[in-house]
Amino acid sequence: MTKRIEQRRTFIKKSAALSGALAAGALGFPAIARGQAGPLKVGILHPVTGPLAYSGQLSRLGAQIAVEEINTAGGIKSLGAKIEPVYGDAQSKPDVGVAEVEKMNEAGVSAIVGAYASAICLATTQAAAKHNIPHVVDVGVADQIVERGLKNTFRFGPGYKVISTAAMNYLHIMNKLAGNPAKTVMIVHEESLFGTGTAGLLSQQLPTFGFKIVDVIKHANPTRDFNNIVLRMKSLNPDIVIPANYYNEYALLVRTMKQQGVQPQAIFSVLGGAASSFKFVKEFPDVANGIIDVNHWYNPKDKRALALRKKVEGMKDQFFTYEVFLNYECVYLLADAIERARSTRREAIIDALAASTWDKTFMPYGPTKFVNGQNQGAEPLVMQVLKGDIEVVLPNTFAQRAPVFPWKGKS
Amino acid sequence: MRRARGSAVLELSILFPSVLNGLTTGAVYALIALGLTLIYGVLHIINFAHGAALMVALYGVYFLHQRLGIDPYLALPIMVPAMFAFGYGLQRFVIGAASHGKDENILLVTLGLAVVLENLALFWFRSDTRTIDTPYTLSTVNILGALISTPKVVAFAGALVAAAVLLLVVGKTDLGRAIRAIAKERQGARLVGIDVDHVFAMSFGIGLACLGAAACFLLPAYYVNPNVGNGFVLIAFTIVVLGGMGSFAGALLGGFLIGVVESVGGLWLGESLGQIGIFLIFIAVLLFRPQGLFGARA
Amino acid sequence: MRGLLGIGAFGVAVAMLPLFVTSGYALNAIVMTLYAAALGQAWNILGGFGGQFSFGHAVFFGSGAYAMAVLQVKLGWNAWAALPAALAAGGAVGALVGALSFRYGLRGSYFALVTLAFAEVFRILANTFEFTGAGVGMIVPLKETVADLQPASRAGYLWLILALVLSGLLVSWWLKRSRYGAWLQAVRDDEESAAALGVNAFRVKLAAIIVSGGLMAAGGAFYVQYLHYIDPHIAYGPAVSVEALLGPIIGGMGTVWGPLLGAGALHLLGEATRGLMGDAPGINLVIYGIVLILMVTFLPSGIVGLLRRRLANA
Repeated sequence: MTKRIEQRRTFIKKSAALSGALAAGALGFPAIARGQAGPLKVGILHPVTGPLAYSGQLSRLGAQIAVEEINTAGGIKSLGAKIEPVYGDAQSKPDVGVAEVEKMNEAGVSAIVGAYASAICLATTQAAAKHNIPHVVDVGVADQIVERGLKNTFRFGPGYKVISTAAMNYLHIMNKLAGNPAKTVMIVHEESLFGTGTAGLLSQQLPTFGFKIVDVIKHANPTRDFNNIVLRMKSLNPDIVIPANYYNEYALLVRTMKQQGVQPQAIFSVLGGAASSFKFVKEFPDVANGIIDVNHWYNPKDKRALALRKKVEGMKDQFFTYEVFLNYECVYLLADAIERARSTRREAIIDALAASTWDKTFMPYGPTKFVNGQNQGAEPLVMQVLKGDIEVVLPNTFAQRAPVFPWKGKS
Repeated sequence: MRRARGSAVLELSILFPSVLNGLTTGAVYALIALGLTLIYGVLHIINFAHGAALMVALYGVYFLHQRLGIDPYLALPIMVPAMFAFGYGLQRFVIGAASHGKDENILLVTLGLAVVLENLALFWFRSDTRTIDTPYTLSTVNILGALISTPKVVAFAGALVAAAVLLLVVGKTDLGRAIRAIAKERQGARLVGIDVDHVFAMSFGIGLACLGAAACFLLPAYYVNPNVGNGFVLIAFTIVVLGGMGSFAGALLGGFLIGVVESVGGLWLGESLGQIGIFLIFIAVLLFRPQGLFGARA
Repeated sequence: MRGLLGIGAFGVAVAMLPLFVTSGYALNAIVMTLYAAALGQAWNILGGFGGQFSFGHAVFFGSGAYAMAVLQVKLGWNAWAALPAALAAGGAVGALVGALSFRYGLRGSYFALVTLAFAEVFRILANTFEFTGAGVGMIVPLKETVADLQPASRAGYLWLILALVLSGLLVSWWLKRSRYGAWLQAVRDDEESAAALGVNAFRVKLAAIIVSGGLMAAGGAFYVQYLHYIDPHIAYGPAVSVEALLGPIIGGMGTVWGPLLGAGALHLLGEATRGLMGDAPGINLVIYGIVLILMVTFLPSGIVGLLRRRLANA
């Protein structure tokens, strides 16, 4: 019963597609001279429902804005076509993400941007690979995403190995600049892919920089109460606390620290969930003040970034977060590749992405260069919350001010 | 990186605050479990929508604070009756009507309700996590050297009061008598003229009213988003079983016990593995003493 | 015999679908529907036929999934060799849970809750040990060869899951007409009376949970081979447990075709609602929940019950 309905639907879809293609062919003859005929469809896939909905919706917003801007400016000029976004909801589950990829494949997308969470990205890039659809990974920091030899996968931003290594180097530099006041470190991380991976790397390599790790604490998602962890912090009294977790837990943790009067020399987050979040800074200015975060960030001096920030902050209830600007840039990256490919064919776009040297980005990455699907120049920046704003403090090329370390300030 | 944790537990300076924290966290769990145990004890419903209902209550408290500036504790006289009405309506017009009394159907109806409530919240309020800031959010009470969060101490008191009120209502009022009669012998109660549907709805309403109170005590120390209820459901079930299905004293004490186990377990085994203590207790109680601490043998 | 013919016809028809259906999306939908049906069938053996409702069937699913993943990734086993081990893992966990629960006479909601607790315990354990990848989970490398139980084509996966569904159908058919099945249903309907008639309720239920566990574990093994990733939440979390019981209850508990019909109906509902309101996330799931409640309201005996009534009145 169900199978026949599915077959009928498929048949109808296929006939429609066929007639559409014929019509396009008949009418679009001049277009062939410039590039491939047919509409340019791009899949935008994120978890917009389920536990990851907040990040998923912001991710979609970033992509949406980019698509609108590109289309307003005339779309992909070499094709004379506008981008037709095909939105998908991964419902915070990898298997739903896979189903959406299949749907997008049927819809004839030329590329996919998404899917925010590492676990979902792992599944969707694989599913896309089966149909040779280029898949630009927006956030997903797990390094396995680009270590499977999939030719269709391109990650614009950094993975957690690069982020953790950078974090350690910056921590070391910051400490040295202040005269090495900090010796002991405590890591508090969430239990899944990104937290555990980050913590693992940090605990292996921080000692080589001369830091002593007094404890590594793993916690669940969700964690309802951080009093125990903070109690332990109180008794071990580390100079630096390194949190790596998602928004809700991060916020609870630092609120609890404040409440219990725990103030280390620095809260130095690595991919801190709430640390570089304007939302958190707005809601808890006292608690957030002074927090340092090594995270995805834009070049604060870039006009394009500032323009986008203004646009997003002008929208009701929206915040300018990494989900927004990473997705925005991923769409622009893709658009540039399609321009150069002069085609909606998937293989052509994959080749164009692989050869991409796109450098109009406001991310601090320099000219794009993909090796095995990873953008080599991708790196995080170090931000600090100061007086209600988030400013870049390291590296010097992008810094807006020097880091305040150790943190002695009253909240 | 494993460090010897055992020694840390024995340090009184950490153990004592940890136990106190456990008690206060457990108080909030108890408030949530009080409602669930009544619903289970009377209607024999395993209410899968309990977490979603808590979420609804939390949003209620949030908006009362955001839009009308009402302090969460002062919101109690609004939230409790509002959640009562909500619960009454749900049971009378949705759950009771849809399930035709079959157990497996009730399960699915409450499941479906949970999905509806969570996604309505997602649609209306979006997925952002909301918090409130009150003058006492970050303040603490010094109990013999341990700094315990003020909202949690208030929650502790609140749980005691709520349990007392419930015991009074069920023990001394006509409604309470009817509830106890139905819990013991449904058909018989019907035969002596008790309006079973009405009492069911009243019970469900009271159960959700407890969530209204729980939300007022919980929000200052926590947050709300559409998925927030999920983290409490399993613990609430554990407490109901531990305390004895239908027993308020059991839910209260069970809540405290579970809170302490969670806290000390987290201290000893790490926050992740520490959770296992709760469920091992759950299994042990079910196997060896299914009536729980205070329940009557089924 | 008619029942067997029906199952056979169904098997042949579905096996031939890839010849007519080439849409990857449709094939994936069929595979996921069959997968849900397989989970439901496993649950149905214990819940529908045996009357023991489990809220934690994920405990078997996850064990099968992790067995598959760990044996392949950590011990280098071939997938085909790992498969029977995965089934055995499910059966073993079934024996553990069953022996404890039934030995102590847990029934009804108590049994349901204890299965939930077991699932949580296993989730926390899987989340703790490096052996299972802890919170990070495990990735099964992409091989895309049949020798590694990863067919390159969708059709291959369809035949794999179809084989599992057919096994489930056959077991359910057998339960309907065998002596053991009669014992099991007798225990479901009235355990005391069945015991009085000489049925060893403990052994009957234990056998049911072992088979149920094994089949559920097979579903977990399939998941790992199809989606290549497992973590404690996916393996032992409530989502799988809910998925396992939704189909049979909607479709008709204790029937041969119930879980399949239920899985199909729910999948259609999911697809229909997912397409709606793409811009306003959440509304589609609200509708899903409402329809679910309506289905339960108006089909108290499931779809099979509805069909039976229609056929009886025709």
